[in-house]
Amino acid sequence: MAEIRVETLHKAFADFTAVRDSTFTIRDGDFFCLLGPSGCGKTTTLRMIAGLELPTSGRILLGGEDVTFKQASRRDIAFVFQLFALYPHMSVRSNIAYPLRCQGMPRAEVDRRVEDAAKILRITQLLPRSVSGLSSGDRQRVALGRAIVREPAAFLLDEPLGALDAEFRELMCDELRALHDRLHATTVYVTHDQLEAMAMADTIALMNDGVVEQVGSPQEIYDRPKSMFAAGFIGSPPMNFIPFRGRLLPGDKCVHAGEAAIEIPEAREGTPEADLMLGARPEHVRLSASAPLRASVVEAEYLGTNQIVTLVTSQGTLVKARVPSEVRARPGETTGLEFRSGKLSLFHRASGRVLRSALHERVAHG
Amino acid sequence: MTSAICAHSVVEPSGRSKSIAGSLVVVYALLSMLPLFWIFLTAFKSPPDSIAYPPKVIFKPTMDGYCGLFSTISRQTPEYIASLPPPTSICDKVARARNMVVAGPSNFLPRFVNSLVIAFGSTALSVLLGVMAAYAFSRFRVPGKDDLLFFILSTRMMPPIAVAIPVYLMYRWLGLSDTRSGMILLYTAVNVSLSVWLLKGFIDEIPREYEEAALVDGYTRLQAFRKIVLPQAATGIVATAIFCLIFAWNEYAFAVLLTSGQAQTTPPFIPFIIGEGGQDWPAVAAATTLFLVPILGFTVLLRKNLLRGITFGAVRK
Repeated sequence: MAEIRVETLHKAFADFTAVRDSTFTIRDGDFFCLLGPSGCGKTTTLRMIAGLELPTSGRILLGGEDVTFKQASRRDIAFVFQLFALYPHMSVRSNIAYPLRCQGMPRAEVDRRVEDAAKILRITQLLPRSVSGLSSGDRQRVALGRAIVREPAAFLLDEPLGALDAEFRELMCDELRALHDRLHATTVYVTHDQLEAMAMADTIALMNDGVVEQVGSPQEIYDRPKSMFAAGFIGSPPMNFIPFRGRLLPGDKCVHAGEAAIEIPEAREGTPEADLMLGARPEHVRLSASAPLRASVVEAEYLGTNQIVTLVTSQGTLVKARVPSEVRARPGETTGLEFRSGKLSLFHRASGRVLRSALHERVAHG
Repeated sequence: MTSAICAHSVVEPSGRSKSIAGSLVVVYALLSMLPLFWIFLTAFKSPPDSIAYPPKVIFKPTMDGYCGLFSTISRQTPEYIASLPPPTSICDKVARARNMVVAGPSNFLPRFVNSLVIAFGSTALSVLLGVMAAYAFSRFRVPGKDDLLFFILSTRMMPPIAVAIPVYLMYRWLGLSDTRSGMILLYTAVNVSLSVWLLKGFIDEIPREYEEAALVDGYTRLQAFRKIVLPQAATGIVATAIFCLIFAWNEYAFAVLLTSGQAQTTPPFIPFIIGEGGQDWPAVAAATTLFLVPILGFTVLLRKNLLRGITFGAVRK
């Protein structure tokens, strides 16, 4: 078990920068997700932590030791690949035993550890079989078995559920989290699926275009996104952005979007006149016939207890609201929009950066 | 009418078209095997039977051909032959029936051994170098990779005869003319391009994750290559080896130019099997038959891999 620290890590391929000056710390025993769209550099970061790629610059510390240029085999980490990478010419037992046999562990000890790992993953009955006939879920378990049998300092998982069917993915999600809670091993998990990350992670590092946009707990990133990218990537449907032009002074509690005055968390940071974005999660939007910000209903998607209503404002901005199913919303109807003011975020449109407000202060103080 | 058409599967060939295709294959196989069969027969004919017109299909088999191949014989007077002790071998007996005696072994066996050593030696070397180069090209960021690969391929673009004179002069200067090591080197140089290209295709098909998993599990790059990549690439290696072997075994132009005695291989030797009073066709046929055996055996033994080698790249996992 170990803490992993990544310091100003940079990786450039010939004419493409995959990772730009990333710095973050993965606490010992943390379930840490590297989340981001494909091509954002999350897998490259993971491969550098594993030692399968060498960084252009920067440092990687594993349990306090600088391992930046150490061979993968000397790092005491286990890696689970997206396509499992089980050795096709070996049985399940040999696959799981392989890393231990590489280390030259005595046979009896290897057998004991393989049995233990198989028991944890409930694949004891599969041990004598060949890996070629296994279902993808079982292959995934064998790949995990090969990882946990080593009792490594950290587990690195590269989209391990990406190759599974949707229903199986949910099951493996729960199993992975349960496995982590049982072993308390530092786990770094790469995924592009925000739901997976939200469901499993203790900490998420959200990456975009080679840059770590935000590191924090799932709730922190959801409630207090640091950038429009973070706000838009996390959440389903994502955060609504209502553009307006205006200026802001520290202490302001209200902004004017068109003719409507909207209450916001007290601003801690001002900006001269600029294009701004008001960010509101769908569940923080209410329909109110009397509200001054007018919008007409485009469609309503029924989800059981609630519904997602898509509206278009008089300026032509699409807004999605998550409202109780009882609320009447027929396409074509005109209504007003209200917001839960304590939860709103303001972004600087050009930079995509959030403007600090009382919302962020509450974090700092507790 | 429509239903009758629908009854035929588009994908699965019908029984009749299958049998037509089958008979076509059989006819083609018979046609291409006929010359080989004729050579096989000729090897057992007597010299007059071998050049008889019209050609003889029914004849009295003799060992003349094989005896002529493995031994040198010379004509003697009947008085001299009568004075000799009784014949000790079949060839002796065959020769004496035609008023000849066995003077000693021929050069065929040493030439055949040369062929074996040179063909298998250069094949092993080409595949060994090829698999390592192919692995590097497939897995690492080699500077100027595409240019290098093209350069390797371009060594095969010129016909051997175009480079024969420079190679001949070079070999004389280096003292490699008419040596086995020289021929192994030459055939390796020619085959390595084929071997790199073929094997790169096979290695590209092996997911990198296998080695990376091994690297993380505690193996060095070389160990991962040996324990993971080589077993995975076995089919490709065998197919490549067959191609290299066939080339090195059959190669004629360079062998004629660069070898004359010591290191001469079988292909340039066969045309020079001359019997008393003209070409000894049964001996030539016998040499050809024997020459076919190793490559035939090797290919039949590994035919599944060969088929996969020919269609490589077309079949994806």
